[in-house]
Amino acid sequence: MAYKIIGSQCTNCTACEALCPNTAISEKGNTFVIDPALCTECIGHFDSPQCVAICPVDDTCVIDPAHPRYQPS
Amino acid sequence: MTDLGQELSTMTANSNGAVDVAEIMQQVAEHKGCGTSSEGGKASCGTSGGPEDMPPEIWEKVKNHPCYSEEAHHHYARMHVAVAPACNIQCNYCNRKYDCANESRPGVVSERLTPQQASRKVLAVASTIPQMTVLGIAGPGDPLANPAKTFETFRLISETAPDIKLCISTNGLALPDWVDEIAKYKVDHVTITINMVDPEIGQHIYPWIFWENKRLTGYEAAKILTERQLLGLEMLTERGILAKINSVMIPGINDKHLIEVNKAVKSRGAFLHNIMPLISAPEHGTVFGLNGQRGPTAQELKALQDNCEGEMNMMRHCRQCRADAVGLLGEDRSAEFTTDKIMEMEVNYDSVGRAAYQQTVEAERQAKVAARKEELEGLEAAQDIKVLVAVATKGHGVINEHFGHAKEFQVYELSATGAKFVGHRRVDLYCQGGFGDEDSLETVIKAINDCHAVFVAKIGGCPKADLAAAGIDPVDQYAHEYIEKSALIWFKDYLAKVASGEITHVERGDAEIRQGALISVA
Repeated sequence: MAYKIIGSQCTNCTACEALCPNTAISEKGNTFVIDPALCTECIGHFDSPQCVAICPVDDTCVIDPAHPRYQPS
Repeated sequence: MTDLGQELSTMTANSNGAVDVAEIMQQVAEHKGCGTSSEGGKASCGTSGGPEDMPPEIWEKVKNHPCYSEEAHHHYARMHVAVAPACNIQCNYCNRKYDCANESRPGVVSERLTPQQASRKVLAVASTIPQMTVLGIAGPGDPLANPAKTFETFRLISETAPDIKLCISTNGLALPDWVDEIAKYKVDHVTITINMVDPEIGQHIYPWIFWENKRLTGYEAAKILTERQLLGLEMLTERGILAKINSVMIPGINDKHLIEVNKAVKSRGAFLHNIMPLISAPEHGTVFGLNGQRGPTAQELKALQDNCEGEMNMMRHCRQCRADAVGLLGEDRSAEFTTDKIMEMEVNYDSVGRAAYQQTVEAERQAKVAARKEELEGLEAAQDIKVLVAVATKGHGVINEHFGHAKEFQVYELSATGAKFVGHRRVDLYCQGGFGDEDSLETVIKAINDCHAVFVAKIGGCPKADLAAAGIDPVDQYAHEYIEKSALIWFKDYLAKVASGEITHVERGDAEIRQGALISVA
């Protein structure tokens, strides 16, 4: 599963964008979005997903059940 | 217009027309500035005394910086550009989701700028407000959590407007990594917010920090934060960069501990300590706002500031401004300079006019100092008596504001050593459109309840009677006179009445610090 950003809670602070090891995060309208095709949940990069760790609003970067769990190759 | 004002106008008429200083002074007068300088030395915010009170190289750095010099903040304006939205820590007094146009507090902005937009905005503001001397990056997140945007902004501005002072306000977590870059761009004023030097206390203020790609919480997070803050401060001091320390006073959490913070930062070379009251209105949605954590009263804040004063300067004129504020401290003209508007504005960077303005300010400052010195004789009669007085002023060091029009009052402490600026009290507007509002008068009385007198240019009969009934002497006979000189004349008269037994000196009670959104006034 990839992570997704709950748009209504996003403060547009940009903090996650620079931290994403896969450059999966970009600005879209008044919020930021995660490209599920690029998100690896930070597996293989960091101990915890960076967008979740830096986000100033709790429960805003969350697992998106619509996408299968990332499998490191 | 005061005599001094007329003098300044004459100077303008004789100048080469590069700048209309009278118009500038008028603009300044139209905005709510505040009182005057203080009693010299380390008095009010430390740098208040002037060139005689500090080494020349330090005076050069602070003399036109409104945040570092109480003296300067009456004359010079600052602006913040909101290029740094990301933050690397979470504080319990901050909620980044809340942004209201009427809101005035740190961490809040209405729009985020690119470095190019910020540079354009600085030129537009400098063209419109020649007394704008300082450009700060203070967020709305942490400037050093957005290093590329922050330093690109500094680079662009130092190329186009080299006389503007650059400053930065940071939580300090990333500071040690960027001190050399800060020095490279000649940023010579750095503010670090340090609320504790003990992680046991810090864990109640900071829920988490982002450190080495992890979110850390509790004691561990606070320990790293304090170590990084103090290391950063030491590195700044080594490089001769002036450091101001901001501390938020949170009763029951760090109020007593801030004495330790003061010692820790003093010993590491901090130039100025600014202890600010916690802002914790529930509608801001911060942790402290929601859990009912109160802010300090006016007397609690003053007592702590007094305790910390000594070898180190205390700042008492901070207005806790927004991360995109524009104008003199205590005013916010950011709505005049939105991105859409600055793109339309004609930009004319007039360095000659800016220098001329600064000369007039120096003349005005010297006149004020001279007036103050006249009344320092004969104060020994005060012995241990100290009283606070509130002053309604639009700036220039004179009592020139109507009681009902004052959005804030300057507070001076009068004692055997003279008159000393010790703070300001926000009251918003008591009188709007000529209609006095009884409830608002109560608000004003609460805000200055610890004062023995209030000095105004003019006041109506009803509020005058109500103030007197509340034990606050309404004084309007010094309209358009210098604040400190008038206050000292009044004080000597007060002391004479106490000595003759006509009145008895009694201590006043406490006062409230106003919270909540500022009512914006057109």
